[in-house]
Amino acid sequence: MTHSRLTDNFQGFGHKRFAELVAVPYDSIVCGKQVPDTANVTVDAMKDDGTVNRAALPAIFNPEDLHALETAMEVRDEYGGTVTVLSMGPPKAADVLRECLYRGVNRAILLTDRRAAASDTLATSYILSQAIRTIGRYDIVFCGRQAIDGDTAQVGPQCAEKLGIPQVTYLERVVGLTDDVARIRRNVGNGWEVVEVELPVLVTVLETANRPRPPAAKLVMRYKRAAVTAELAGRVKADMPDASDEDCRAEVDRRAEVLADSDLLVEQWDLERIGADLSRCGMAGSPTKVFRVQSIVLTKDDYTEVPPTEEGIRQMVHELITDRTLG
Amino acid sequence: MEPNRSGEVWVFAEQEDGMPHDVALELCGKARELADQLGVGVGAVLPGANLRESAKRLIAQGADNVYLVDDSRLEHYQTGPYARVLSTLIEKHRPQIVMYGATPLGRDLAPRVASQMRAGMTADCTRLDIGDVTDPKTKTEHKNLLLQIRPAFGGNIIATIVNYDRWPQMATVREGVMPLREPDDSRQGQVIEETVEIDEAELALRVIEQHREPRTVNLKSARLIVAGGAGVGGKEGFDLIRELAGALGGAVGASRAAVDSGFIGKEHQVGQTGTTVRPALYIACGISGAVQHRAGMEEAAKIIAINSDPDAPILSIAHYGIVGALNTVIPMMVQAIKERE
Repeated sequence: MTHSRLTDNFQGFGHKRFAELVAVPYDSIVCGKQVPDTANVTVDAMKDDGTVNRAALPAIFNPEDLHALETAMEVRDEYGGTVTVLSMGPPKAADVLRECLYRGVNRAILLTDRRAAASDTLATSYILSQAIRTIGRYDIVFCGRQAIDGDTAQVGPQCAEKLGIPQVTYLERVVGLTDDVARIRRNVGNGWEVVEVELPVLVTVLETANRPRPPAAKLVMRYKRAAVTAELAGRVKADMPDASDEDCRAEVDRRAEVLADSDLLVEQWDLERIGADLSRCGMAGSPTKVFRVQSIVLTKDDYTEVPPTEEGIRQMVHELITDRTLG
Repeated sequence: MEPNRSGEVWVFAEQEDGMPHDVALELCGKARELADQLGVGVGAVLPGANLRESAKRLIAQGADNVYLVDDSRLEHYQTGPYARVLSTLIEKHRPQIVMYGATPLGRDLAPRVASQMRAGMTADCTRLDIGDVTDPKTKTEHKNLLLQIRPAFGGNIIATIVNYDRWPQMATVREGVMPLREPDDSRQGQVIEETVEIDEAELALRVIEQHREPRTVNLKSARLIVAGGAGVGGKEGFDLIRELAGALGGAVGASRAAVDSGFIGKEHQVGQTGTTVRPALYIACGISGAVQHRAGMEEAAKIIAINSDPDAPILSIAHYGIVGALNTVIPMMVQAIKERE
């Protein structure tokens, strides 16, 4: 039993016959997350229920997801095909999608829905897998190994399980793609291995995999106005504070149409669009609950402040010899 | 899966070179402690080939039952069949808790099992306790839950995670976080042979080339560790750290900040995402002491912190604090250590 991309995905297109004659293009999906810059977090950014007030923090493109994107772009550069990027988050997460458009992706989709909020890794992977099924055709799903706001590294493997496809974690590089087989070098902690796997597959990418390309100036000019409808709604509210809901909606529609005409309206999906079972999304679909959040009070009873002098340090070393810490 | 309050506490027994990985042995000890609190048994799941010796070792470390799945197709780890083994045995025996080492292998396997079971999974716990939890919404009290405690949000807070409406409760724990207990070879336990149907489709990966790098840095067993952080300033700055480590006959460690800045290799990293250490003496040089770093070293018997910032959190957990510049303080220490001889 194999998952052959030629038979499963190209049925009726006759690609199998030409596989040896033409370079086979590969279609990739990249999961990219906007994350709070955890280097700059304070306890004030935590809500009482233990979830995170993301709005209060600087938001960045999750570093390893950027490496996942680069890996997908390299595959497209070499073999042809497409790169679709999928992000789940609040409307603001469209920033990540613009960053992807600046780097040349073919398609960008924002999955945004209040009912997806507070999803743990299990609910998140369910939602992402439903979105990936909705996209339909793909050969490789690229995820960063982990996101810096949770460091769990769970969403990639869980998503692969939900999709019923194999996973290859800790990708260092794609060694090569031949027909329906990927050859991938992965890090195994105490070394590396090269594995072969039939497509479709989900891979998680390490930050050592590559150096992500910078945004292309031309594409920044082209896509800086790209937006999702939810962002337009926010802007209309700010621009027309006194307008009725109906007028606001009409204005959002008008602006969306203008953007769509220039191919700048980024796709926005909700949970209905991906046929999600709501009982498996958000808080309801999350088995893990944050019970308590604490900032740590540091205490040490036996603290000695040592002056940075030769005498002070000699005394400390003497004490450490006496108590047999130093042999 | 329905809660099973009388279910065992389980450990996934990862194998390394034909014997249980250290983290599996450490977890057996922790499982023993949790199981005794709950009044239940400890189980270890051991997939692979030629496992008799490993099974004995797991019993000596605290397992009551070793569920052994001997199948040549399981000799080399791969995700699909191992996940199938775990979910099949979990369905069959209904443990209430399953723990995995947070090794690269464990972090590949555990989420796949959690997804199959639709169960909760908490990564990289630094503490595990048993406790009662009241659901804030329904006011229902849940007794004897696994409190899964870990730094979260880039290490800025400590979160306690629980799950009460989906079972089993599962967590991963980094190597070295739980102490390794003395084995008791007189302990008696049962080895239960299991067979699990493995679909060929689950054997999706073919390993065609392998390269093992010998462990060049052995932080875990080092008695003395000198570690540098962002405050070291650069690659050259680590020469000073090496000099002090050399004078002490200790190992060189580093914070994530120093590793991420490229000052030194990742194999030196101490902390939640690196190695967890329990040396006799830990000297933290220019390390501010983020909770993730502290999680990896605060069990050291003695801690010296050298930092130019008098407010650095590391000073709060140190036994000796020296506020000063590394390039003046470290040479003085090297001098003082040499003088003792």
